[in-house]
Amino acid sequence: MTQPLTHLQRLEAESIHIMREVVAEAERPVMLYSIGKDSAVMLHLARKAFHPSSPPFPLLHVDTTWKFRDMYALREKAALEAGMELLVHRNPEAEQRGINPFDHGPLHTDMWKTQGLRQALDTYGFDAAFGGARRDEEKSRAKERVFSFRSASHGWDPKNQRPELWNLYNARKNRGESFRVFPLSNWTELDIWQYIMAEGIEIVSLYFAALRPTYEWEGGLFVADDPDRLEQVLGHRPELIERSVRFRTLGCWPLTGAVESEAGTPAQVVREMLLTTTSERQGRTMDADHGGAGMERMKREGYF
Amino acid sequence: MTGPTYAPNAAITEDIESCLAAHQHKTMLRFITCGSVDDGKSTLIGRLLYDSRMIFDDQLAALESDSKRVGTQGEEIDFALLVDGLSAEREQGITIDVAYRFFSTEKRKFIVADCPGHEQYTRNMVTGASTADCAVILVDARKGVLDQTRRHSFLCHLLGIRHFVLAVNKMDLIDFDQPAFEHIVADYRAFANGIGIEDFAAIPISGLKGDNIASRSDVIDWYEGPALLDYLETVPVRTELSRNQPFRMPVQWVNRPNLDFRGFAGLIASGTVSPGNRIRVLPSGTQSSIASIVTFDGEVDKAIVGQSVTLTLADEVDCSRGDVIADADDPPQTADQFEATIVWLDEDAMVPGRAYALKLAAGTVSATVQRPKYEINVNTMEHLATKALELNAIGVAELTTDKPIVFEPYAENRQLGGFILIDKLTNRTVGAGMLHFSLRRAQNVHWQAIDITREEHARLKNQKPLVLWFTGLSGSGKSTIANEVEKRLNLMNRHTFLLDGDNIRHGLNKDLGFTEPDRIENIRRIGEVARLMADAGLIVLTAFISPFRAERRMVRDMLPEGEFVEIYVDTPLEVAERRDAKGLYKKARSGELKNFTGIDSPYEAPENPDVRVNTVEMTAEEAADHIIAQIMPLK
Ligand SMILES: Nc1nc2c(ncn2[C@@H]2O[C@H](COP(=O)(O)OP(=O)(O)O)[C@@H](O)[C@H]2O)c(=O)[nH]1
Repeated sequence: MTQPLTHLQRLEAESIHIMREVVAEAERPVMLYSIGKDSAVMLHLARKAFHPSSPPFPLLHVDTTWKFRDMYALREKAALEAGMELLVHRNPEAEQRGINPFDHGPLHTDMWKTQGLRQALDTYGFDAAFGGARRDEEKSRAKERVFSFRSASHGWDPKNQRPELWNLYNARKNRGESFRVFPLSNWTELDIWQYIMAEGIEIVSLYFAALRPTYEWEGGLFVADDPDRLEQVLGHRPELIERSVRFRTLGCWPLTGAVESEAGTPAQVVREMLLTTTSERQGRTMDADHGGAGMERMKREGYF
Repeated sequence: MTGPTYAPNAAITEDIESCLAAHQHKTMLRFITCGSVDDGKSTLIGRLLYDSRMIFDDQLAALESDSKRVGTQGEEIDFALLVDGLSAEREQGITIDVAYRFFSTEKRKFIVADCPGHEQYTRNMVTGASTADCAVILVDARKGVLDQTRRHSFLCHLLGIRHFVLAVNKMDLIDFDQPAFEHIVADYRAFANGIGIEDFAAIPISGLKGDNIASRSDVIDWYEGPALLDYLETVPVRTELSRNQPFRMPVQWVNRPNLDFRGFAGLIASGTVSPGNRIRVLPSGTQSSIASIVTFDGEVDKAIVGQSVTLTLADEVDCSRGDVIADADDPPQTADQFEATIVWLDEDAMVPGRAYALKLAAGTVSATVQRPKYEINVNTMEHLATKALELNAIGVAELTTDKPIVFEPYAENRQLGGFILIDKLTNRTVGAGMLHFSLRRAQNVHWQAIDITREEHARLKNQKPLVLWFTGLSGSGKSTIANEVEKRLNLMNRHTFLLDGDNIRHGLNKDLGFTEPDRIENIRRIGEVARLMADAGLIVLTAFISPFRAERRMVRDMLPEGEFVEIYVDTPLEVAERRDAKGLYKKARSGELKNFTGIDSPYEAPENPDVRVNTVEMTAEEAADHIIAQIMPLK
């Protein structure tokens, strides 16, 4: 008698099925690749889904110029190993105006990410974009569809989403309209870690604890990934203290809080997770900026 | 009863290794919770998340402050606040869609479909139930079995759920009274047996206090069964059940990295597969055997239901997206006429006879639904006569697809029996259905491969088949222009045929009138005839008002890409009416003639016709020249 499928096997099969549907039905799919652990898992699943072919779509990184250095390094490597084309888009206006997280607060996310993503999708004419969002991340995402329909202006209308029954996805659309597709919808943070551990997926070393130069800012603990640039924007050099920290989620380094930790391997991270008492997004300052409804508002405007 | 304390599981701190291993090998159960507003559904789900330690400190802190601010529990924690969602709903204090929640224990990961119980219930509930292995039906101990309880149970059963829990909630408010509980259970049993629910587990609970949720309650000592979570941890998952059924895999995508490799990618819908197994590709029926099961981690010698795999076959066979690879000795059926239960999900009611896109497994075909045999009243289970299905209605109807599809009755296989209907113009998902059986004994008749193909018919005539579809108001000049075009094609040695009102309305379609369903059927038949003639290699010209976009679209979809040419004879109504060659407008205006296009029946002009002509600015001859130039450009 064979063993029943484990939860990870079922999640994997479901994600692969979703990706293949998109490739079969969309004209120009793309995978949004943020270099975080969820992106790493999504990319790994894409390689599995289309093996022995390379995944038949490019990777797109919507850059803000404020990512951790280690992230940029892994980005090139991961694309090369998967045999995929890597597209990088930076919003030229944000670049020119020097938009940064310290001086511009929410505008930073809006211009670099929300606007940047729209620009990139329009420039290349992508009609389906895979994103690594999960329903367990945030309350308003619990209702997000796997195939999330966007109007020609990239708008998301929570009242106008298509019902999804069984595993039948309706990918029909008119010219100019598009989909965001979330193959990891049903994964939780714990599933992601267990899968990384089981499959030996390479992720940015920042997810593992190490001694790093940290500073405190608005009540959070941050890593000074580029102390000179930090000094430049802040006008002074904050006091840096070496602490053993890791990240539970990665974004722009001045916006992503670190947690003190000793977990240096995936197994140790899973162990910490099973013992942990704070949620994943706590480290991100983005949600707090907008109150509880922040994510929903950003989604309407075209950010994930 | 002491509530669970919020602290890490002792087992985790003590024996991390075996705990990690257990977490790695747990199974996954999807279930749906159903209840009317205020039965305590949100509280129950919040409690499950809390008891399985899915709530983190920061969320708990937020929950505590929210509870004091907007909660319904005074100073105590209001678990319902854990699961509310979009801000609009939060303000209205209701949930309006299906939300998915996650929690896990050492034995299982759970995905909960949380469906609200108000107006949109049918649509939300069938969505949530479509993927669920099990349903938790919540009733308020003070109210007992209600209309809603019956409706939810019926819908879950209809969608194929076979494991039910009757969770009698708020037991604390009736002093944990056993006779009251037994009474509710007896009531429910009488109903459940009536609709075919064979078995259910009845559990007395208090979501608020936590009794019989994560562990057996001390207070409800007369109850001997499992706590809710124990039940959910042990109830069988559906894929375990379909393992012993024959092998089927719908092909999603053909993987061709180079000329030497051709793999068929898909999610196994039932059974198991190994290299060497004899298979049949359906609907063609061609036989072969499995050469290998290819994965990223190397070839494997077995794959089972629920896995996404890539198969290679021993022979070069024709197989593409939408086909099904199946056990050669026990293949599924192929048919094009069915009886099905249909749930309508859209604001615009179903139109009998209209062609919708039907997606089943990996295939999409065009399908028309007949007038429903009956609609089911979901509160009383009565069968009602109806003409069409409105939003949230459920009915039984016959449907016809334009191509045979591979299927199994929904009761035997959800993956090959469940389908969605898509409106071809708005692209919305408008309906969902479950196939019962095929109406024709096409069971074992596999589509006969024809040796003389349509390509060969066309080659012999030295032309590309086309359907030149003229549409426009009565009196717009369709027949005159079509006739001019045919004369020119004839001079060019093309093989043509003109279908118009005279040779169709008096023969093939003489049984049809001018009501909307009849007009749709008229166009469907003309489309079918035009298609057959195109298959025979002809250039077909049709001259019919064909007022509805959906039907012109239906005909376009019957034909290979590029063979349908929509020609819009764009003569304004005033002009057509002024000409009134047959005196019809006059009769329509006086009310003598009903359902006349342009007067009391709509004409939906083409949005992007392939060719547009106009008899105001050009003569019929000029229009014909223009059309010829468009469809047969000089090389
Ligand atoms: N006494 C008692 N009250 C409950 C129980 N479960 C829920 N409630 C209360 O019933 C009301 C409605 O609960 P809620 O979970 O919001 O119901 P929903 O509309 O089904 O999601 C709230 O005031 C809850 O606190 C229970 O087991 N015992």
